[in-house]
Amino acid sequence: MKVRIALALFLAAYVICAGYAALFVAPDESTMHEVQRIFYMHVPVWIAMYIAISVAFVANVAWLRTHQIKWDWLGVSAVEVTVVCCTIGLISGVLWGRPAWGIWWTWDARLTSTFILWMLYVAYLLLRGLIEDPQRKATLSAVFGIFASLDAPIVYFSNRLFRTQHPSPVFFGGPDSGIAPEMARVFLLCMVVISCIAILILVDRYRLERLRFEYEELRQEVESRSLDSQFASGKDKS
Amino acid sequence: MTTARATAILLAKELRLEFRTRELLSATVVFALIVVVLFSFAFNPTAEESRQYGPGLLWIAFLFAGSLMLHPSFGREHANDTLDALRMAPVSSFAIVLGKMLANFIFLAVVEAILVPVFGVLYNISLAGIVARLAIVLALGTMGLVITGTVFSAISAHARMRELLLPLLLLPILAPLLIAAVEATVGLFADQPQLDRTWLAFLAGFDIVFFTASWILSDFLIEE
Repeated sequence: MKVRIALALFLAAYVICAGYAALFVAPDESTMHEVQRIFYMHVPVWIAMYIAISVAFVANVAWLRTHQIKWDWLGVSAVEVTVVCCTIGLISGVLWGRPAWGIWWTWDARLTSTFILWMLYVAYLLLRGLIEDPQRKATLSAVFGIFASLDAPIVYFSNRLFRTQHPSPVFFGGPDSGIAPEMARVFLLCMVVISCIAILILVDRYRLERLRFEYEELRQEVESRSLDSQFASGKDKS
Repeated sequence: MTTARATAILLAKELRLEFRTRELLSATVVFALIVVVLFSFAFNPTAEESRQYGPGLLWIAFLFAGSLMLHPSFGREHANDTLDALRMAPVSSFAIVLGKMLANFIFLAVVEAILVPVFGVLYNISLAGIVARLAIVLALGTMGLVITGTVFSAISAHARMRELLLPLLLLPILAPLLIAAVEATVGLFADQPQLDRTWLAFLAGFDIVFFTASWILSDFLIEE
């Protein structure tokens, strides 16, 4: 627990540094100016989301192969982090879009496909909430999770084919893409800190899921014991 | 028993069950028809606009109809506790899922065969020269719909609020299928009808990916 608190404090200090760097150290962007600074939060959040999605996919496959309940805990934790990152990413994107593009939203390939991704993982969480039996919940949601992660690249590909006039990505988007070195350093700092936060939350969420499971097991045991004692005392009376 | 033979037997069972009452088919046809008619109030169905919006509307009608119609596929087994009987039968899980997929494909094909001519009449779209090509697009699109839909029907059958849950799971997954099917149909409804091979290949790819996934994962759908 001490390690956990120390880690959280360390990360909090790190967040302050990264926030300061993003707001004051990073150079002004030539066309978008201050608005562009949301980029230091927006893009790392997506990277954190992709980390969480990969973890979720691995956990889903591992659960189906091994049926060890810990993989289910990891799966649901990762999907929750995915949904949170996706929500923050979409909202910060919308906030950036208004001043930068003049519109809140456009049905461009990236935006549309991440929106569908968000819906898929929200559906995953809804599905989990509606199945009672823990084993069955784990298996069926893992199957759905695998279908969702197979769908994600197809969604993106279809939207790219469908709407070709999308703005090209800043990173890995071709020879004209890329950023100034000063920006890259600040960006790297923000990327590491936000990924660390996501992983920390994921680990905490995993621990919470484990505690819930243990609590449920203990509760059932207590109930069955009290039933046993009731049964025994009932017998004595007769 | 081989998977093919088991699938044939299970398919025959599904068809017999449905064609005894035809309740699912008739309800789905009427539902799809209602969607198509309601859309005529949402925009003015002149020939020009029909060509523009028609394909989208047709596929939305099929997707909605499919997401409602696929629920009983496993929901019925669950309600009557007959899934255990199927589990005990000496057939592979994949045969059970595949039999249902084929049955659902036939049901939806029947719905489409009724709905498409009605749609052509109501929205002034001449289908004369494009029937065969339209059938290919419809077949590939419907395949994707029933593959994912049957799997999700098996998933949602175990949940509460299952009627509502199935469209929630299914419709976002089908977003790329909708794009591809609509784009392919738009090409067919144009003045110079032509079949876009890119979108056809895309539809086929979608079907193959999810068919393979259902094949690999079918054991988990049926397991106790």
